[in-house]
Amino acid sequence: MISRIISLTSGTIFGVGLSVSNMINPEKVLGFLDLFGQWDPSLIFVMLGAIIVSAPVFFLYRNKNKPLFADNFSISTLKSIDKNLIIGSGTFGIGWGMVGFCPGPAISSLALLNTYSVFFVLSMLGGFLLTKLLDRIIIPTQHT
Amino acid sequence: MNIVNFTPQSAFLGGIIIGLAVIIFFIGNGRLAGISGIVNDTLVSKQNRTDNFLFVVGLVLGPIFYTFLTKINIPFLITSSLPIIISAGLLVGIGTKIGSGCTSGHGICGISRLSLRSITATIIFMITAIITVKLIG
Repeated sequence: MISRIISLTSGTIFGVGLSVSNMINPEKVLGFLDLFGQWDPSLIFVMLGAIIVSAPVFFLYRNKNKPLFADNFSISTLKSIDKNLIIGSGTFGIGWGMVGFCPGPAISSLALLNTYSVFFVLSMLGGFLLTKLLDRIIIPTQHT
Repeated sequence: MNIVNFTPQSAFLGGIIIGLAVIIFFIGNGRLAGISGIVNDTLVSKQNRTDNFLFVVGLVLGPIFYTFLTKINIPFLITSSLPIIISAGLLVGIGTKIGSGCTSGHGICGISRLSLRSITATIIFMITAIITVKLIG
């Protein structure tokens, strides 16, 4: 039960962070990606803020074997920089640059009742399902 | 390059709030707040489905809370056409699934854990995104 509350709380706080930083707004994100034009460096500060808070915790917990409300940590143990990582990340970046939406902001923006957000999220879910379908045939994937 | 619309304070504060969400999910449930993975698992995996679903619900509640508490209308603008939006959504879904993560999983959690995989992934998706904006922007 407590893990449910943690999940809901954590998701909500994440959504507040995306709102405060305005990273929920594709126009703002595209401003960051327009490095060679009218550049808005804000996204770097978002990442810095998040990393400054979370990195020390990950470091302090590196040898702990149990979280507070679950039986164990479920963290990716993948180490190798493989073809999937490179091709997948490259593909994701193209989609991200086309609209300015990555998964978190796209989901959060559903709160703003914008039709385009709904179309984006549905297409993204379609992309997940399509990959799962193809996964069985050609590309074995793993994710964090 | 011209620097415009730069909002370092709100960006940094928003980042700290996102970092809090990451550590609560990690210390509490032992998991990384990689949103592409959470959304994908809500769709295709029975494991932790309720937790994943509730995290996604929270993501949508966040902006509602924020607007309610601050009375600030969140600036929001999409200028892309529908075919572009649908193609981009597909590419983001396929890419994050094959590449094992997105801006949150690789860009925030992975970099915070000093994962070489995530640092590489972040550099790659930043580069292809910047090139895409340069080409179609």
